[in-house]
Amino acid sequence: MVTTEHPRQLADSYDVTIVGGGPAGLAAAVGARDQGAERILLVDRDPTPGGILLQCIHSGFGLHTFGEDVTGPEYAHRALEQVVDHDVDVLTDAYVTDASSDLRLKLMSPSTGVATVDTSTVVLAPGARERTRGAIRIPGERPAGVMTAGLAQAMVNLHGRLPGRRAMILGSGDIGLIMARRLTLEGVEVAGVCELLPYPSGIGRNVVQCLEDFDIPLHLSTTVVDIHGRDRLEGVTIAPVDDDRRPVMSRSAHVPCDTLLLSVGLIPDAELAQRLQLRLDPVTGGPVVSSTMETSRPGVFAAGNGVHVNDLADWVSREAQVAGAAAGDLALGRHRPLEDVHVTPGHNVGYVVPHTLSTSRTQTVSFRVKEPIHGDTILRIGDVHRRKVRAVVPAEMITLKVGPKLLDGCAGDTLRVDAIPAGQEEA
Amino acid sequence: MAATCTTDGPPPDGVETVTYLCTGCPLGCRLEVDAIDDEVVEVRGFRCKRGLRYGTQEHTDPRREVATTVWLCGGDVQRLPVRAAAPVPKASVRSFVRALAGVRVSAPIALGSVVAEDVAGTGIDAIATRGVPPPGAGSSDDRDRATGRPSVSGSEGG
Amino acid sequence: MGEPHVHDVLILGGGAVGTTLARALSRFDLDVVLLEAEAEVAFGVSKANSGIIHSGLHAPGDTLKGRLEYPGNRGWHQLHEELGFGFAPVGETLVAVEEAELATIESIRQQGVDKGVPGTQPWTPQQALDAEPNLNRDLAGAVWVPTAAVINPYEAVMLVADAAQRNGVRIEVEQPVIAIDPVDAHRPDAPLIVHTPAGPWHGRYVINATGLFADEVAAMAGVPGLTIRPRKGEEYLLDRRVEGLVHSIVFPAPRPTSKGTLVIPTVDGTIMVGPTAHEVDDKWDTSTTEEGAAEVFANARRLVPVLNERDVIAEFAGLRPVAQTGDFVVGPTERPGFINAAGILSPGLTAAPALADHLVDILADQGLALVETTDWDPTAPHPVRFAGRSTDEQRRLAADDPRYARLVCRCELVTEAEVREAISRGARTLDGLKFRTRAGMGRCQGAFCTWSCLTLLAEGLDVPVTAVTKRGGDSWIVCERDDQPEPDATGGDQPELDAAGSSVAW
Repeated sequence: MVTTEHPRQLADSYDVTIVGGGPAGLAAAVGARDQGAERILLVDRDPTPGGILLQCIHSGFGLHTFGEDVTGPEYAHRALEQVVDHDVDVLTDAYVTDASSDLRLKLMSPSTGVATVDTSTVVLAPGARERTRGAIRIPGERPAGVMTAGLAQAMVNLHGRLPGRRAMILGSGDIGLIMARRLTLEGVEVAGVCELLPYPSGIGRNVVQCLEDFDIPLHLSTTVVDIHGRDRLEGVTIAPVDDDRRPVMSRSAHVPCDTLLLSVGLIPDAELAQRLQLRLDPVTGGPVVSSTMETSRPGVFAAGNGVHVNDLADWVSREAQVAGAAAGDLALGRHRPLEDVHVTPGHNVGYVVPHTLSTSRTQTVSFRVKEPIHGDTILRIGDVHRRKVRAVVPAEMITLKVGPKLLDGCAGDTLRVDAIPAGQEEA
Repeated sequence: MAATCTTDGPPPDGVETVTYLCTGCPLGCRLEVDAIDDEVVEVRGFRCKRGLRYGTQEHTDPRREVATTVWLCGGDVQRLPVRAAAPVPKASVRSFVRALAGVRVSAPIALGSVVAEDVAGTGIDAIATRGVPPPGAGSSDDRDRATGRPSVSGSEGG
Repeated sequence: MGEPHVHDVLILGGGAVGTTLARALSRFDLDVVLLEAEAEVAFGVSKANSGIIHSGLHAPGDTLKGRLEYPGNRGWHQLHEELGFGFAPVGETLVAVEEAELATIESIRQQGVDKGVPGTQPWTPQQALDAEPNLNRDLAGAVWVPTAAVINPYEAVMLVADAAQRNGVRIEVEQPVIAIDPVDAHRPDAPLIVHTPAGPWHGRYVINATGLFADEVAAMAGVPGLTIRPRKGEEYLLDRRVEGLVHSIVFPAPRPTSKGTLVIPTVDGTIMVGPTAHEVDDKWDTSTTEEGAAEVFANARRLVPVLNERDVIAEFAGLRPVAQTGDFVVGPTERPGFINAAGILSPGLTAAPALADHLVDILADQGLALVETTDWDPTAPHPVRFAGRSTDEQRRLAADDPRYARLVCRCELVTEAEVREAISRGARTLDGLKFRTRAGMGRCQGAFCTWSCLTLLAEGLDVPVTAVTKRGGDSWIVCERDDQPEPDATGGDQPELDAAGSSVAW
């Protein structure tokens, strides 16, 4: 295994400080080190870096990063191994609680107490948090037994306790689907999965392997409209929704259960981003970033689910390596590339990250569609790039590589990113 | 019961076409598998050779990657994640996991070490997907791979 | 069988009324027991409350609630100094949105002036907007009242109970009243006998401060004629990012049944909107409703148009115990020794310290001898709120105790030391811990800290995590796997290894 040591003494200043030790933070550290940054500090809140990967015991990680399919803990191990090999100061059980505009970070951990460090650059890799009952506003009582799917995942996979005996799951996001299987295999009865949208929010593989393999019903266009139980959850009322996503109460049904898991989306954890008053993208909830993942505040970079919610840890690692490398470059006094092209979401595109591009380098543009297109689809970036794909769904992030050749002559332009059914391009 | 399986009416020429969602990677290609008497004659719709393999395999001998946990003693968490060393026949997934549920191992654990052999009669071992240092060694200077092999006894559990 | 032990005073109910009374009685040489039906004090009406210490303006001076309102306000100021719970003297802006409401707010101001509330000021629209830039720009006028404040009602009540306990009051939880023995015809002045699951409690005086259930408890004592109807109020708590939207409690011109929908800057810096006011039948119905949310936001947007339902992170509903008179029902009853403190609706929280003094006077009138003790300590160690301290103070705290440097709740910056302190002061449920420390009350609503809180509670209470509840009763949070090893060797900090250090299959 890889063990990390606490730095015996924190240095007063660092070239690059990385906040968060999940896949984004670990890759950022490697990226910074590869560029020659010497003094790198990685701060992680848990006793062992790896982030949420450590509770994602299922496989499906690493095909792009490591060329093989590994589980979350194995992915975390490999990523951490690289960091340790790269001689990065890793401070665990620690939080960065504040950051000033001149990049003095306030942090706390039992081994260092409350400390401040100055850093030339910082990479925010805080990950995301799960949307809660409050965020989706389910009416009803407030018994024990209503929790996010991620909390239930930690209970089952790390702590060896079960969240209940009979569960309903609201939301067909990947965590919800994976927990449906996990709970079933651990002897918890899963009454079903409700999804407000007419299509699943998670990827197809998880619908097949987590629900269909176990005959767990997936109720599309259905939601939870009431929660019952004074002490512990006793049941929920579910109802189909009409085309305007309003519940049809005349067709509601009571489902007895002692557990309701919420898998209703992730939101970038923008706590530090807000303290640093970074410009945020109202759609993603994360910071607005350049092609090197630099935010609106010079020297502050961000990557991973703290910027936008990725569907693969591999994409997070790739993006964070870019952020780390750029943070390292900047800390060493190298010039940042000129960000001379804007990108903006166009037809059927919810958001695009990064928000600007550089005509001088190759970069990856990531985006998600708003509505699925079941058939040949044209993906366009302005009029410089056009690609046909078989189908697109919101659950799957789309990534396109864009290099200097494509962007030649685009300096100063704003390029729209569109996803259009083939044959309707003129509309 | 086949996953995402539909048949398109009476098979012409004895060819039966079944569709599957490829789970080889998150792209989820929709595969069409033509078979005559359970012998696969053609697979369509894949975007990589993984899909071709998956379609054939899923039709003839469906298997699943299986990951679960066992009790861990002496770690900073109570459950150690493990995975099946090879894909498990779909019909044996539940018994594979239930057989491991009550197994208990003690730190140190080396990543990749065998936690239980021939689980539930499948001939497939369960291996640790996380390394755990010896108790109390969490913040030592030791940056090497732990070599301690856990002594393990299996249980049919559940 | 010997003579049963007779307590001087049994207080039924550990809400704002019961605990402030317990604390007021703790300065006298008395044997006082407070019996709370729920798992912790403040878990009833006091928990789901707007948390406002009213300015003193609102209730008419010819009612008991009106007479106790402003003295209660002063009482909370003093309790805050002595006990150190969160307290923010934010003041109140009473807004007339339309011209027609100007007369109403001025008459309320005059009512306050008559009751002795200092510092009220009529404000022009511009003055109001200068102080509260997010108010409806079309407002007709406002009244500024500096005396209003906000507290966390549960935190305050819990610390008041803690202070009473430190001065000798016994507090027993999970003691719902099941029955009260009828008057003994031969000994009409005999002590009252109150039955709870833990057995009979004998008291010379019994104070009925049981909130929503005061009518049922009074009936058990043979005291008829009291009816308590629950009136529901839904509240909506907004994300921290809208912090600073208002600086004072913003009131509309009131309506007959309630003070209307308020926009409240909570003591923790978040914004809360509510409450509604609707009579319901069920005393346990604390559900929130879609209609309630719609009503709250429609009303609140009249005052502060930029309010957005999308910023809601949590919602809850509380029930006001409304007696048929609409006023507090306080005083001796036909049952000797049985004293009602019922129908304590708004401004009940505000009035509580003054009501406690009023009840002490009633007890004295009824013959209870009040002899002050010599060792009464009006103060208690103030709880440390790490997040509110300066960096230098935080450094010192963490240097003395590294558990101040370990975060449990990252949304609200609550440290392990604070959680342990709360448990040592009586937190025994996840909600109780949350109400004392704010752990789990932020954006993620406990998704990150629930497990740490559970294990710290289990350790502090010396029970398995499966025995820890959200709020007592059957509100368990996790259950065992069916293959859980026995004895529990995996729950503690130091998992037990068997002799050979090898593993065993269970």
